[in-house]
Amino acid sequence: MSVPRFWRELDTRYNLIGSYCKITDTYHYPRRSFNPEAGRESIGSMEDYQFKGTGTVVTPTVVHQAQTGYEMFGPYCMAIIELDEGPRITSQIVDCAPDSVKPGMKVKSVFRKLGEDSESGILHYGTKFILFGNSIDEESNEDSIENLEV
Amino acid sequence: MRDVSIIGIGITKFGELWDKSLRELGLETGLAAINDAGITSNDIDALYIGNMAAGSTLQQEHVSALIADYCGLANQNIPATRVEAASASGGLAIRQAYMAIAGGFIDIAVVGGAEKMTDVSDSESSYTVSMGSDEQWEAKAGATFTSLHAIIAQNHMLEYGTTREHLSSVASKNHYHASLNPMAQFPFALNAEAVSKSGMVSTPLRMLDCAPNSDGAAAIVLCASDKAKNFTNKPVKIIGSGQASDTLSLHHRKYLHRLPAINIAAKKAFEDSNKKPEDLDLIEVHDNFTISEIIALEEIGIFKRGEAAQKSLEGETKLGGSIPTNTSGGLKARGHAPGATGIAQVIELVTQLRGEAGERQVKNAKLALAENHGGTAATAVVHILEAE
Repeated sequence: MSVPRFWRELDTRYNLIGSYCKITDTYHYPRRSFNPEAGRESIGSMEDYQFKGTGTVVTPTVVHQAQTGYEMFGPYCMAIIELDEGPRITSQIVDCAPDSVKPGMKVKSVFRKLGEDSESGILHYGTKFILFGNSIDEESNEDSIENLEV
Repeated sequence: MRDVSIIGIGITKFGELWDKSLRELGLETGLAAINDAGITSNDIDALYIGNMAAGSTLQQEHVSALIADYCGLANQNIPATRVEAASASGGLAIRQAYMAIAGGFIDIAVVGGAEKMTDVSDSESSYTVSMGSDEQWEAKAGATFTSLHAIIAQNHMLEYGTTREHLSSVASKNHYHASLNPMAQFPFALNAEAVSKSGMVSTPLRMLDCAPNSDGAAAIVLCASDKAKNFTNKPVKIIGSGQASDTLSLHHRKYLHRLPAINIAAKKAFEDSNKKPEDLDLIEVHDNFTISEIIALEEIGIFKRGEAAQKSLEGETKLGGSIPTNTSGGLKARGHAPGATGIAQVIELVTQLRGEAGERQVKNAKLALAENHGGTAATAVVHILEAE
């Protein structure tokens, strides 16, 4: 990813910053300056909002044939997650056995490396999720070591 | 609006065509379609090219002019337009030409689709396919194109009780059809058990649920219907055309077990043509994954929601069944060369409506539908064709 393209989205990616629409009282991620449901009226009425980072798994899948740049993860869990404020995002769920993630489980965001650009040498960081606040059984596979390299 | 007919078709075999370039594939199918139509290059008013990814896979943009040039049309300065909507590029190119002729701007157009997916590594071609979803907020986050469809499949399973056996029956049926199609990439039968035992790609989708990334090209000639008889005695009329879009990201959709853009595009095409799903004799749908075929059957209205999987298992979509689906072998077994796929679907239907499909001929085929979509159906295009 080019430097300007990534730099533009730093806030959104690092701090889970999206938008709150004052007209419809709804939250949006990623950041938008326009709410499709409210139309033109929403322009100027979208405020930056930092999501709490907690949410629920809607649907997980275990990816065996990895996306380019994710080969080192082996089988990994990708999921559509619904943030507590409403919007949904697609993210990796880490620090657990990938097949232990089930719909309805609680998750929270963590700051992790997403990848790197070998040509310019930039490391890309962003948000991933871990299981959080479920019963102990469900999290028995959680890795206690926070490893920024993955 | 004027009526529009298809008067010529030309297609390559899909597959790993390492000995052929994009421009050669375009020329080969363009010439075949022109010969089939019985027109000369002087008759052509415009060229439309469906192509998804030449920039990513070949470092070549501007492929409309490239293909016009190598087809010998540059000397005539014919308008050439590239159309891109991921895997729906081909179907959408047909629609652009259809609208230009129906609107009276031109009389005859050649619509070609061409794609080279195997000039790059598997990893690069997979990422290229991911660009049909939201690259920034799906692919870059680690979601493969298959994983997004795996999420759709899981939701369909939860909602309707769709099973592994149902999914496998779709791939097996399409391979059976391909075994009767000498132009198919994988012209051999495959039993459902082999699909169920193939390697896991993204739960619950397995390797043999997925269509390949192929090289290939396809071309058709469209003509104002009142002039079609000057060239051919077997025109096929386009009697309905619909197109719809949806959110690019799957996660922004209300329902994860549906592909609503297909439903909206199909409704428009049925309205245009004054036909109903039950009037159709056969269909080609965009089975980039087995689950996509099941959902397309429901969105088009062939079966009620939640019933397509079981009907597929029971053979209703197989040759001899009530609605033969993907008699070409579909994306799964005929092959999937994104920009060419939507055109290849229409070529299969024209072949059937002409009564020239040989061993896989659907008896008395008069009315057919093609459904082509891009990404997780953020673009869907539907055409309804009738034998004249």
